[in-house]
Amino acid sequence: MSALSRNRASLYVRLTAVALLALTAGCRKKNDTESSGVKSAVIQVKGSDTMVNLAQAWAEEYKNIKPSVEIEVSGGGSGVGIAALIKGAISIATASRNMKQSEIELAEKNTGKTPRGYIVGYDALAIYVHRDNPLEEITVEQLAQIFGEDGALKKWSQMGIRIPGARSDKILRISRQSSSGTYEFFREYVLGNRDFELGSLDMNGSKEVAELVGSAKTAIGYSGMGYATSNVKMLKIKSSSGISYLPTIEDTQARNYPLARSLLIYTLGEPDDETKQYIEWIMSEAGQKIVADNGYVPLPSVETD
Amino acid sequence: MAENQDSVLAAEYPLLSDQKALSLPKRPFWVITAERAFEWIIRLSGVSAILFVLAIFFFVFKEAIPVLFSENFNIVQFLFSTKWYPTSAVNVRYGTFSLIIGSFSVTILAMLIAVPFGLGAAIYISEFCEKRRKEMLKIIIELLAAIPSVVWGFIGITVMSKLIVNFTGAPAGVNLLNGGLILALMSVPIIVSIGEDALKAVPDSYREAALSMGATKWQMIYRVLLPAAKSGLLAAVLLGIGRAAGETMAVLMATGHSVQIPMSLIDSVRTLTANIAAELGEAPAGSDHYRVLFLTGVLLFCITFAVNLTADLVIRGIRGK
Repeated sequence: MSALSRNRASLYVRLTAVALLALTAGCRKKNDTESSGVKSAVIQVKGSDTMVNLAQAWAEEYKNIKPSVEIEVSGGGSGVGIAALIKGAISIATASRNMKQSEIELAEKNTGKTPRGYIVGYDALAIYVHRDNPLEEITVEQLAQIFGEDGALKKWSQMGIRIPGARSDKILRISRQSSSGTYEFFREYVLGNRDFELGSLDMNGSKEVAELVGSAKTAIGYSGMGYATSNVKMLKIKSSSGISYLPTIEDTQARNYPLARSLLIYTLGEPDDETKQYIEWIMSEAGQKIVADNGYVPLPSVETD
Repeated sequence: MAENQDSVLAAEYPLLSDQKALSLPKRPFWVITAERAFEWIIRLSGVSAILFVLAIFFFVFKEAIPVLFSENFNIVQFLFSTKWYPTSAVNVRYGTFSLIIGSFSVTILAMLIAVPFGLGAAIYISEFCEKRRKEMLKIIIELLAAIPSVVWGFIGITVMSKLIVNFTGAPAGVNLLNGGLILALMSVPIIVSIGEDALKAVPDSYREAALSMGATKWQMIYRVLLPAAKSGLLAAVLLGIGRAAGETMAVLMATGHSVQIPMSLIDSVRTLTANIAAELGEAPAGSDHYRVLFLTGVLLFCITFAVNLTADLVIRGIRGK
């Protein structure tokens, strides 16, 4: 080993030692402030996979506002979160559906407290077609006939549609992978929990759906309303009242748009002070901005004012 | 070991054995020990290959087996039904027939494209190319083999799919043709570099003999080189098939991920490998869905095993002649 390389090796050793020292010093400092500061509270949040990114974003932002409160977020699904709440294991359950009556009763029996729900935002599913497609509106029944198992609608001509420039008449269905929350949302709201017809192109992400629809003239697909590109068109959906709505923020907030659902959080009875403050912050303008940033629909501002 | 040598020496040269201390200086103890240790390490690495294969086989089987006795599962449905509804809310069905057909169709298409191209390129590089160009081509082809599969998938989604829509008028660019082309591009470098090695291994005296008999270059390649390099070329093709059949990421991105039996080149398909990659992460550990995915792993294992076994037998057959 030459003198040069030995020098270099010892330099590395020294550098590593310095780095380690700095690291431990940093850790100690952090611990010091934590132990000397006010008693830190932990809020545990668990539930909907749809909302897990949103809940994470809230938690991260809240850390800047109130560092003494630690928020632990985990997913698993709305049902998992509600089950944990019923056991009293967590402070907040996130859910993309309302709690069932049986679940509320079970929670009362287990903990003696009545669960309280708060609507913290809305999620709307947009139906996309290529921008050259002359179709403007569609009903939920037609969607079920297109996407559902053994559905009757296979060709655009069956709906009286001729897409200019398209060489095929077959409806190209763009769907999501079976593990996605969007897939389950569509299955529940459009198909009534029946199965999808196989042979759709199952995409990995929300963005891919919009991109593929934008490049295929005969395609139809569903995805979050925040993913529209200039090559796609959102369809109006006819509601039960006979009026057709686009998935706009106003019509989602008013629950006029049929493929919209509320995003909720549940607590057991009256929450403690820290949790209450957190929920109030979520409903505030700052918390609602994060809802919009994550591609969901915030609460109407009249409520937060 | 040293004593062995001594006894051999003693048998062959009886006179020398009396003065063996003079004729065979003792080697240091640590050299002998190190040699023994290395021998064992090499032996272990040989055996470990078998151990790993058995361990993987055992693990995959262990995870898959319980589902065979589940009431939701039916082996005939698993192999021959096209209905793949692993997460259905009303009627869970595990039929992998479309996925099996998907895997086979993509692989066969890829090989139809890659084998002629790959072998052609191997023959060109080995027989027609001047030396400097040959070195350059070999480096570039090896570079091609080193491109990660996710990059190939990305090319499939962005470049290839637009070309396919423009040239064929397909409703969507991600389909069987796209997957086949991408897989062909991925396996060509392997076929070329191994095929070229096989051709290079044919002694020059064969070529010289053929040419001196008045054969043209084409006749020499067709009648002499190809038969002589047969088993090596077959190995090249089989490794190409192995790459194509086992590929996951690129086909996941390029084939459209659609559960159906393809009726034309521009239909989308889903392969067994892509299906496992897409769904295993979300299937709860220990659930039927999770175990069925492992069972498709066993199925893949059997398919690869059958391909390799056939290849082995074919190569033996060729050698035996």
